[in-house]
Amino acid sequence: MNWISNVVPPKIRSFLRRETPENLWVKCPDSGELIFHKDLESNLYVVPGSGYHMRMPTKARLEMIFDDATYEDLPTPEVPLDPLKFRDVKRYTERLKENRLKTGTSDAVRVCAGKLEERDVVVAIQDFEFLGGSLGMAAGEAIIAGITKAIERHTPFIIFTASGGARMQEGVFSLMQMPRTTVAVQRLKAARLPYIVVLTNPTTGGVTASYAMLGDIHIAEPGAVIGFAGARVIEQTIRERLPEGFQRAEYLQAHGMVDMVVRRHDMRATLARLCSLLMQRQELGAA
Amino acid sequence: MRSYLDFEKPVADLDTRVEELRALAADGDPTSSEELTRAEIRAERALAELYAALTPWQKTLVARHPQRPHFSDFIAGLVTDFTPLSGDRLFGEDAAIVGGFARFRGSPVCIIGQEKGADTEARLKHNFGMARPEGYRKAVRLMELADHFSLPVISLVDTAGAFPGVDAEERGQAEAIARSTEKSLSLGVANVAVIIGEGGSGGAIAIATCNRVLMLEHAIYTVASPEASASILWRDSSKAQEAATNMKITAQDLLRFGLIDAIVQEPIGGAHRDPKAAIMMTGEAIASALEQLGNMSPEAIRESRADKFMAMGRKI
Repeated sequence: MNWISNVVPPKIRSFLRRETPENLWVKCPDSGELIFHKDLESNLYVVPGSGYHMRMPTKARLEMIFDDATYEDLPTPEVPLDPLKFRDVKRYTERLKENRLKTGTSDAVRVCAGKLEERDVVVAIQDFEFLGGSLGMAAGEAIIAGITKAIERHTPFIIFTASGGARMQEGVFSLMQMPRTTVAVQRLKAARLPYIVVLTNPTTGGVTASYAMLGDIHIAEPGAVIGFAGARVIEQTIRERLPEGFQRAEYLQAHGMVDMVVRRHDMRATLARLCSLLMQRQELGAA
Repeated sequence: MRSYLDFEKPVADLDTRVEELRALAADGDPTSSEELTRAEIRAERALAELYAALTPWQKTLVARHPQRPHFSDFIAGLVTDFTPLSGDRLFGEDAAIVGGFARFRGSPVCIIGQEKGADTEARLKHNFGMARPEGYRKAVRLMELADHFSLPVISLVDTAGAFPGVDAEERGQAEAIARSTEKSLSLGVANVAVIIGEGGSGGAIAIATCNRVLMLEHAIYTVASPEASASILWRDSSKAQEAATNMKITAQDLLRFGLIDAIVQEPIGGAHRDPKAAIMMTGEAIASALEQLGNMSPEAIRESRADKFMAMGRKI
């Protein structure tokens, strides 16, 4: 620890430790340019020069989305922690403990409610920092709880996805989160409430192959990797170089899988506009 | 010619001995016939004991056994009037998933499944049972037809996983799987899935989200193959055996966890030793599952299916 530890808030501290130890400057993975951490933070974690969208901390994203940066955390159900008593090179319970310590959250999905341009919304955010945003029982239950709350309060449900896929340490319990979240999405649709998926970097595997591809609207952040199989696996299977821009947000839009690629600075306005367009008739009807 | 797995070596040796004695007995050697009977009993007992205590990794090998009955064998043994249908009406035809209408015990059904292929030519034609988006979209189309004509759906699941390829990604592999799972959940007709060999991840769940999910005794159901899990979690693909054990992929474990509904017993020595018997027992299990679901309204069928999946993991 050095003087940085005393002046930099904890979130940034861990960020710095990972990216650029002993340094307040962050390197853009795309252009290599150096950005002062405060400039990055105030620019929604988008590198000003290159426009590269860095990973955005969950808290910053919540503050970006909700009016006056005000929101309420919704409770997420407790789940059996380690049903398989799993261990690989490390115990799964050990990994969970480490990730809880690192992120200060209990698992990969956080669900919050608040106002988006004066309209109630429920927002779920998947945190890639927590075991790669993997979809286990806790994440599945959190999404189901979020959707249930959206139905109860008659609000749109917006999810920001980021995940390497299934939580392998939970085996088939993890796999079953695909149909389970799908049931929740069907219930949301039956209530005719908008389901908006914002795909952030990266969204792959079983997450893409379930709730992330079942949105009424699919929005992607620029450059986000979105796909089912990992690029490495595909390369090994076909033994060829992958095409330029493969599995990137823009590629998915060109192939008809996402509606729009939206810069982070325009995200809030875009989401608000969509919710307004899709909800207004219903709200007038109810009034 | 029977092919033995490595771990079946002791049984193979005993079988060889039986064959030798059988040849001697046929030549009229009087002492050998008694010895033959003893050797036969010994070989049978060894096989039964071996298969009663297969490790998860051994089950993985059995589930992938080249002589294990595949989709087409089940079609031949289970149904009549099979009328396969082709194409997703959007892009193309994917032979990795085969499906159509048929009669099961006299009644019309829709039957869908992955075909791995029994020889090189068939394996290539069916892409080793690894489907592309077209395959899942064809499955969706068939399920819609089944719903429309009030026919139950039988899914026979046997895949290492959905095909990982550039073209598959380009055409929305993830979306196709998600829609197929969604369709399975929305059907107002009963659906029954049987994991007959490998239930590999998302590629399996796409057609395995059913009112009843059955597994053959030595089939496996995985979130990722033991090899993939080993290379991701252990960063060492040689740890596949350990991964197979720790990930709890056997029918017995999954039944205990409430993640599947029933196990279909296999003949002693596995389905590949006696495919006819394995298929017959599978037929019995499907018939009894369909019977249980027979008198339910479409709404009740949908709800009980959704409730079943929602309850998973809430009480272990």
